[in-house]
Amino acid sequence: MDLAYSEEEEEFRAGLRKWLASVLPALPPRPDPRDWPARRAYDCGWQRGLYDAGYADVHWDASPTRRLIFLEESERAGAPYVGANFVGLLHAGPTIAAEGTKAQRERWLPPVLRGDEVWCQGFSEPDAGSDLASLRTRAVRDGDAYVVTGQKIWTSHAEVADWCELLVRTDASAPRHRGITWLAMPMDATGITVRPLRTLAGSTEFAEVFLDEVRVPVENRIGEENDGWRVTMVTLSFERGTAFVGEVVACRRVLAELARAARASGAWDDDVLRRRIGRLSAEFRALWRLTQWNVSEAEASGGVPGIGGSVFKLRYSHARQELYDTAAAVLGPDALDLGREWNLDRLSSLSYTIAAGTSQIQRNIVAERILGLPKGR
Amino acid sequence: MDFRLTEDQQALKAGVRALLERRFDREALRAAVEAGGTLDRALWRELGVAGFFALRLPEQEGGVGLGLPEAVLLFEEAGRALLPGPLIATHLAAGEVPGAAEGKTVVTRPDGALVDWLDEADVVVDESVGAGGGRESVEAVRRRAEPVRSVDPLTPLHRLPVAGPGPVPADAILLAAAEQLGSAARTTETAVQHARERAQFGQPIGAFQAVKHLCAEMLVRTEVARAAVYAAAVTADPVEIAGAKLLADEAAVRCARDCLQVHGGMGFTWEADVHLHLKRAWVRAERWLPAAAAEEREAAALLGTPAEAA
Ligand SMILES: Cc1cc2nc3c(=O)[nH]c(=O)nc-3n(C[C@H](O)[C@H](O)[C@H](O)COP(=O)(O)OP(=O)(O)OC[C@H]3O[C@@H](n4cnc5c(N)ncnc54)[C@H](O)[C@@H]3O)c2cc1C
Repeated sequence: MDLAYSEEEEEFRAGLRKWLASVLPALPPRPDPRDWPARRAYDCGWQRGLYDAGYADVHWDASPTRRLIFLEESERAGAPYVGANFVGLLHAGPTIAAEGTKAQRERWLPPVLRGDEVWCQGFSEPDAGSDLASLRTRAVRDGDAYVVTGQKIWTSHAEVADWCELLVRTDASAPRHRGITWLAMPMDATGITVRPLRTLAGSTEFAEVFLDEVRVPVENRIGEENDGWRVTMVTLSFERGTAFVGEVVACRRVLAELARAARASGAWDDDVLRRRIGRLSAEFRALWRLTQWNVSEAEASGGVPGIGGSVFKLRYSHARQELYDTAAAVLGPDALDLGREWNLDRLSSLSYTIAAGTSQIQRNIVAERILGLPKGR
Repeated sequence: MDFRLTEDQQALKAGVRALLERRFDREALRAAVEAGGTLDRALWRELGVAGFFALRLPEQEGGVGLGLPEAVLLFEEAGRALLPGPLIATHLAAGEVPGAAEGKTVVTRPDGALVDWLDEADVVVDESVGAGGGRESVEAVRRRAEPVRSVDPLTPLHRLPVAGPGPVPADAILLAAAEQLGSAARTTETAVQHARERAQFGQPIGAFQAVKHLCAEMLVRTEVARAAVYAAAVTADPVEIAGAKLLADEAAVRCARDCLQVHGGMGFTWEADVHLHLKRAWVRAERWLPAAAAEEREAAALLGTPAEAA
């Protein structure tokens, strides 16, 4: 049980802290959240800055501990989050790094690192959500290309993406998990229609993507044909394992702000509310410690996050909702004013128990894969 | 940083588990329940010999010379096994009260209005009486104490007329949290095992999602508490310890409740061990910094104001 960072890790932290302090003041103002092209430009600009300073590959190549330090320091300094580069840096990139050929890694990884290309994730379909393996978007081999027809939904950042990590069915007669293939689809290909969907927060974070005989070169296939499910599991373990580190740090900051706001408004004198805030503080510190635990395990297992991510995600997604519900309790009637801080975050927190595997699905995973309870329907 | 247990720590944990399985098995546990509040002095002595109480005393003082993380692992195992007795008070008294380190003396200490194992104790340490760890003779304390019909058959309790909320040492709070963690882990395992074995409607009940999800939540609570308790053992920060106690209390009580539910009618019997875990968890949750006080400590720390001595 050692929570101290090594000298080398502390050096990395110090250098990073210094660099963040030097670049953040010169950062342009954050774009309007509704202006997607501006958001893309902003997020890619930040990624480019990281690249030039030598921090671009921290999400994949560096040790999990360095990643932890990076996300911790970035959040503390108020640096931008990955934003539109989320899929490229945290899903598609790591998958290609783990499963792609040398040529594929050379083709797709550098542009993600430089902030030149943005990825989206085309997994979910109208009839394949939690039951992802029932996906039906079809890909038929025609010479050196797959011809893809079908529909994806809830595709975040689809409007501004250059590439889509796409799951398709290449063998309809095989058992469900064995007929799926992972493709890198260029979003400017003929036959793709993107129709934005409005979220309950009013923004258009995700979209429907219609695919009508889209030609995707065979060389864009990651892994073997019909081996896409296994390739996907690599991606999902990344999604659940390390994606939320920065957010936990952010939640702890929000909580401290909330405490100060409560004191200023007098809400702090309410015993129930004050103790609720106190409990949340214990909760988020524990989630931070659990992250350190998971990172230590990942470090020991060679970098691939394990199923401990499901334990974390379950607890964190509910804690985040409780945090913003508590913020609303502090705000009182002001919780109804979307112009006030925290209220939009409260709305977006509602997606946490759904996106990237619902809480029910996470409980199934924990019960069946960690506890070894029998599979059921 | 490597938060995982070192090999030595794993070996220590496994060693204590083996000792308790050998020396305090289920039969001994049930015998202790029926003995109704008498302490097995021979076992106490053996714990002393094994270094349970002297674990954190420096080697030159006859101790084992280990730290809070190791103590936490020990108490986690004690909680798992439902080991009875004023373990924390005696562990804390090692090096201060003669015989405590060796398991020759049984030491208790009041916490708020309650004191446990008073009839069996040789020494009462009460920091609220007199300055600097004042001590009062056991007889004197017994005279002013009033027996309580303790909810937990494994924790005899007395109530003191004047509540002496002396400062509870942070390590006592953490060790109580560690016991809660061990109990939570145990009830989670027990529930999962029962869910695999018990069949209804032609399948193991663990294949029903309603049962499966109860078990999943039990594991989540336990593992979150584990991260909190272990980290607090490393930092020894009083606020972090308060938070760890809060989460461990919740894990122990809720996991015992869910374990009871998974056992059906059997869970409501005296015969099943579940109630022993639940009742002990209730006792520990009420003592050594109960939830409201822990929440207040956390809240105060958020504003950077010093926590009141709670
Ligand atoms: C903000 C946001 C962003 C997203 N971004 C992307 C993206 O970029 N790319 C992408 O591919 N997808 C994305 N998704 C989709 C997301 O992965 C799915 O919404 C999710 O997997 C659930 O699928 P569903 O919406 O079809 O719900 P359903 O699967 O229909 O679930 C409905 C309800 O049934 C429950 N349920 C379903 N199956 C079971 C079961 N076996 N046991 C118990 N309960 C069950 C669920 O828990 C849920 O409560 C995003 C979703 C959100 C909210």
